[in-house]
Amino acid sequence: MIETSRKGVLKRVLKQIAGYKLLVFLTVFCALVSVAGTLAVPVFFGQAIDLIIENAAINYDKIFYEFLIAGIIIGITCVAQWLMNAINNRITYNVVKDVREDAFSHIQSLPLKFIDGHSQGDIVGRLVGDVDQFADGLLMGFTQLFSGVLTILGTLVIMLVINWVIAIVVVVVTPLSLFVAKFIASRTYSLFKKASQIRGKQTAFIDEMIGNVKVVQAFSRESENLDKFDEINEELTGASLKSIFYSSLTNPATRFINSIVYAMVALTGALMLVLSTPLPVAFTVGMLSSLLAYANQYTKPFNEISGVITELQNALACAGRIYEVIDEQAQKPDDDDAVELSEPEGNVDFEGVYFSYEADKKLIENLNLSVKAGQRIAIVGPTGCGKTTLINLLMRFYEPDKGKISVDGVNISDITRRSLRKNYGMVLQDTWLKNCSVRQNIAMGKPDAGDDEIAAAAKAAHAHTFIMQLPQGYDTVIAEDGGNLSQGQKQLLCISRIMLALPPMLILDEATSSIDTLTERRIQDAFAYLMKGRTSFVVAHRLSTIEKADLILVMKDGNIIEKGTHEELLALGGFYHKLYYSQFAV
Amino acid sequence: MRKLLKYLKNYKIETVLAPLFKLLEAGFELFVPILVAAIIDNGVKGGAGVSYVVNACLILVALGVVGLVSAVSAQYFAARAAVGFSKELRRDLFKKMQSLSYSQIDNLGTPKMITVMTSDVNQIQSGVNLVLRLFMRSPFIVFGAMIMAFTISAAAGGIFAVAIAVLCVVVFAIMLLSIPLYQKVQSRLDGITAATRETLAGARVIRAFCKEKDEISEFSERNTELKKSQMFVGRISALLNPLTYAIVNAAIICLLYCGAIEVEGGILTQGKVVALYNYMSQILVELIKLANLIITVTKSFASAGRVAEVLEMQPSLKRSDNMNCSESSFIEFRHVCVNYGQAAVNSLDDISFTVEKGQTVGIIGGTGAGKTTLINLIPHFYDVISGEVLINGQSVESIGDEELRRFCGIVPQRAVLFEGTVRENIKWGKSDATDEEIEEALSVAQATDVVFSKPGGLDYEIEQGGKNFSGGQRQRLTIARALVKRPEILIFDDSSSALDYATDANLRKSLSQLDYNPTVFIVSQRAASVMQSDKIIVLDGGKMVGCGTHEELLNCCPVYGEIYRSQYGGEVGAND
Repeated sequence: MIETSRKGVLKRVLKQIAGYKLLVFLTVFCALVSVAGTLAVPVFFGQAIDLIIENAAINYDKIFYEFLIAGIIIGITCVAQWLMNAINNRITYNVVKDVREDAFSHIQSLPLKFIDGHSQGDIVGRLVGDVDQFADGLLMGFTQLFSGVLTILGTLVIMLVINWVIAIVVVVVTPLSLFVAKFIASRTYSLFKKASQIRGKQTAFIDEMIGNVKVVQAFSRESENLDKFDEINEELTGASLKSIFYSSLTNPATRFINSIVYAMVALTGALMLVLSTPLPVAFTVGMLSSLLAYANQYTKPFNEISGVITELQNALACAGRIYEVIDEQAQKPDDDDAVELSEPEGNVDFEGVYFSYEADKKLIENLNLSVKAGQRIAIVGPTGCGKTTLINLLMRFYEPDKGKISVDGVNISDITRRSLRKNYGMVLQDTWLKNCSVRQNIAMGKPDAGDDEIAAAAKAAHAHTFIMQLPQGYDTVIAEDGGNLSQGQKQLLCISRIMLALPPMLILDEATSSIDTLTERRIQDAFAYLMKGRTSFVVAHRLSTIEKADLILVMKDGNIIEKGTHEELLALGGFYHKLYYSQFAV
Repeated sequence: MRKLLKYLKNYKIETVLAPLFKLLEAGFELFVPILVAAIIDNGVKGGAGVSYVVNACLILVALGVVGLVSAVSAQYFAARAAVGFSKELRRDLFKKMQSLSYSQIDNLGTPKMITVMTSDVNQIQSGVNLVLRLFMRSPFIVFGAMIMAFTISAAAGGIFAVAIAVLCVVVFAIMLLSIPLYQKVQSRLDGITAATRETLAGARVIRAFCKEKDEISEFSERNTELKKSQMFVGRISALLNPLTYAIVNAAIICLLYCGAIEVEGGILTQGKVVALYNYMSQILVELIKLANLIITVTKSFASAGRVAEVLEMQPSLKRSDNMNCSESSFIEFRHVCVNYGQAAVNSLDDISFTVEKGQTVGIIGGTGAGKTTLINLIPHFYDVISGEVLINGQSVESIGDEELRRFCGIVPQRAVLFEGTVRENIKWGKSDATDEEIEEALSVAQATDVVFSKPGGLDYEIEQGGKNFSGGQRQRLTIARALVKRPEILIFDDSSSALDYATDANLRKSLSQLDYNPTVFIVSQRAASVMQSDKIIVLDGGKMVGCGTHEELLNCCPVYGEIYRSQYGGEVGAND
């Protein structure tokens, strides 16, 4: 099962690489040239050594001839090596860029259910860490796997050509090296796993305590934390010592086997020369020196290949995790005949709407609601009553399980998402700002807005004053997640966006919860102006907003249990009455 | 990097032994070409015979065995030193991070602190391990081969010296060129991380504004930038292998030529020429290892830079030894100004007030008025730039932080709980609190129901980040955590915002009945939370615009009046 899926991933990776056919062909060619060159050079050096005869005149012309050929081969090899490396870089980084971009664009079309249901760290990890690991593996695979195999084969062939007896000696000893490497790898796997588990534990602890270091300091818990940290640290030290030590045995062990191979080559070679009698093939000192050079580089690729294979497996696992994101079912695209919603009046109807996040937990059931254009709807109710869900449905972040929602009589599932959302202005409780300038953030809903318009919108939202106090005014770049602003300031900027875009319908989710009442009071007028003539859904805690609503929806457990105006509902003496007196009466 | 070396000092023996054993191993390797030369010159040509060749080859194997033993010892000591090094480094970092002041924490940012502690330290650990194992070995083999060459022939030695010099220049030039480039790649990768995080966090807003396409094209732009820098640095480091290969082989050609002349002149033997050739080949193998290592070490250096930056931070809070007690109220602010650094306007400007023991002080004001800053000065989390904060007539700068924080109970704005049982979390306030004390604190914090409706009560396990409690429940638990200390000063930083009005009112009532009569600071945006306070401080844009009781302020402080009316407007206010 896992094997086939790994194969599937491999196939996809290969398919992705196939997009760079010409480059792949080139890199294979360069690898061939460079390996052939690397292997050929010792042959010519060996022949040169054979020309250096003691007690005799040396034929320098012949030696220079060998040098010339060797020099040319060296030059070609160098160029081929560099080209191979550069091409491998190009293929790898292009493939990686493609994968990353695929994943990122796919995220934009994934249903919000996926984003809400997955930890942000997990997805970021896949897009950044996993892709990086994938790149490393791919690059290593390209540069080392292929040329490694070629080197081994080439060396064998050349050794066979020079002297098949010695070549056979080498071939016989080789499996030892592989066996030892495999033995060590299988032993270290479990040690590595244990070390990484403890490392995970330590990271979680660091995440918690350093992430909240201010609280730690406020309670002077530094020394207790340090003790706990030491404990985990000690545990980690023991585990990583073992895993690092055992895994680092691979090199010395294979080097040892390499030296045995070397000794065997020297022994057989020298004995053949000493006993020089009936040699099966011609053999010289120069050939022996070439063979020794080959024996030296022969076992090295074995080492590398076993490393590369682990790395490649890891890379495939990482690629698998990225493909999981890419393969995640995207939201149903807009129908081809979906209509564009333009300048709606703003009549919104819910007809028999059912919705739940999880099939076994009922939430909204048979919701019916008719909102006339320009009405102001206040939604109140305790936490978890379904207020945010209503917004999710209005904006088509989620689709109802049953029933329909329509704007001006058109079912919203027949309207393009883009045009539907463009017609809503939304300010959420969870303020979100982009890491770009204040100006760009405000102009999000109207990118072509002029500076005057932007400033006017900011003034209307009472954000202008604090924006001017920022180091670069409207050009101040907002840190990731609005780090350099207070919660209230962030909310004011979100309101400015809507003030600028002025869409025909509004959704305000506790939009003023973090603004102090003073500022809030100042922008109430602006809000009133904004809501005038616009259908607005307001999830509000503030009494003034609720009181002025045309219709108050009291929600509880996913259902609208009461609806009416403030006075009507108070007179009713039901849930709203209770809520009102517990929240606002002092 | 040098600053980090001190973490090896407890592992001196390992640090010395690891390279030493590596050198030993390398030393044995250097004998190999000489032995081969002897086999050729004496065994093959000198007629010393079969037994000489066999013996020499046995010595070759023996050298291999000794080499293996030394190498294994070297790996062991290197791993010990590296792991020990990172253990102590991590410990010190953790300690340092816990000691930073609030403004330093703000500047560093927690994501960076966490990466430094985890991935950077791991990177350095592998760097140390590899350096101990190979950075000694490779140069030793390189220079050892050169010395061996000199013993064979001075001319050959000269060729080795020149080749090594050229190789060093090439290797270092490429290293110097690529280090800053790798840092650039890293920072661009950070940009990719940020963009991904942003698009996930802002998914709703991005879709609401139909910005999906812009997000994709922006990401694509960043991604292309990353790819470009990766390819650029890749192309430069791709030069390393071919260049070293060319240099070494050119040197071999010179060697053979020079060898030919000396053999002709009777100075050298053919076997010795083979030995020289082998030494040069060894250099190439080692250099390739070295080159691959350079990349790892480069990354380690970048990490070491980031780690050192954190370690070098000095706790920035001001200290003074001036223990003079002046005549004063319990808590006094004297002309206090605070500025976080770059701002043109002070976050707090010329704040002066006094508080008597047991009083309740409300702090109210608009967004960014400086409320949180003000209360963070009492436990000395931030420094003032001028003026003084006095407790019992003594400047907070002269009171030890731990002592100061022991008698302050703080309920932070963000209700943070930690993984562990409810009991463990409450005990943060007082590590030896009994269950009775905990239950009493829970009851005052209106959290008894919260805890005892959960299975296991005090033993109920809180998940990381307190995910299994609602915002309001978390807030009540953090209040209990502060109360269990029975602190002399209790500080609520807008920490009843998630409570409904009824619970908030009950909380205030039970606080006022506490038997140890603490001095209480309540930061709030709700007039209802502060109006019964003995003293209300009204802040606006970092300035104190009012200080007095509710009635006084209603009469003389327009800002307060406006806040009050905004919350109690209409008929509700009239009924009051």
